[in-house]
Amino acid sequence: MLTVPLLQPLLLAVLLFALGLTGVLVRRNFVFILMSIEIMLNAAGLAFIVAATRWGQADGQVMFAFILVLAASEVAVGLALILRIRHRLTTLDADAADLLRG
Amino acid sequence: MNDAFYVASGIAVLSTALAITRANGVHALLYLVISLLAVALVFYTLGAAFAAALEVIVYAGAIIVLMVFLVMMLNLGGAAAARETQWMKPRVWIGPAILGIVLEAEIVSILARGDAGVPSLAVILPRDVGIAMFGPYLLCVELASMLLLAALAGAYRLAYLERAEG
Repeated sequence: MLTVPLLQPLLLAVLLFALGLTGVLVRRNFVFILMSIEIMLNAAGLAFIVAATRWGQADGQVMFAFILVLAASEVAVGLALILRIRHRLTTLDADAADLLRG
Repeated sequence: MNDAFYVASGIAVLSTALAITRANGVHALLYLVISLLAVALVFYTLGAAFAAALEVIVYAGAIIVLMVFLVMMLNLGGAAAARETQWMKPRVWIGPAILGIVLEAEIVSILARGDAGVPSLAVILPRDVGIAMFGPYLLCVELASMLLLAALAGAYRLAYLERAEG
């Protein structure tokens, strides 16, 4: 039987989310920012899995599958945008993309 | 089971911290793959074997491979070959390799225990997930499929613009 108290998995999710958030705030490279967003989505999925285990319901795993779909579509559009930005600005520095107009 | 959980979560936190502090994109991706595999093992110890399989296939498989492709594409240029040889040095891959071997040993020890190490009460079977997904959550599944279609069209459009301009 599972004897890990459910506080620890939730703490793990919080730690991973905090690491991802730190990555988004600290790194200025688009690839690393995208990676950090993936880490945060993964941590949110972990929290859903913990909830599914806690209540013995499948709903949490369904939500995890939806988070997977979200992460996949986000990374597809994000990578295409990174390629465009690289093409137009010839850099991957997020601070270089500061003109909010077409 | 507790040991498996603590070792896997320790590896997850360590490799994630290493991933967001690497200067080189490929080094970071190596650590990120290890982190995702460790989280998959955490899912398994929590009785979510189906989610663990999805994590390995979709996250560590599809998404990370996509990002590796991007990093490789962005590094095209004169210095690419020199970097390629530089990446082959053991110093680069020895860290992720050690963490991966620890994970592997953990999986083997779980399997060697015979009962697959999973609690029988807390396990949520893929059947339950499927019934829930195509029962009460059917509308959400349709919305997810539309989101994927929109992502496909958006990525294609952006790539098309790239080709038209370049």
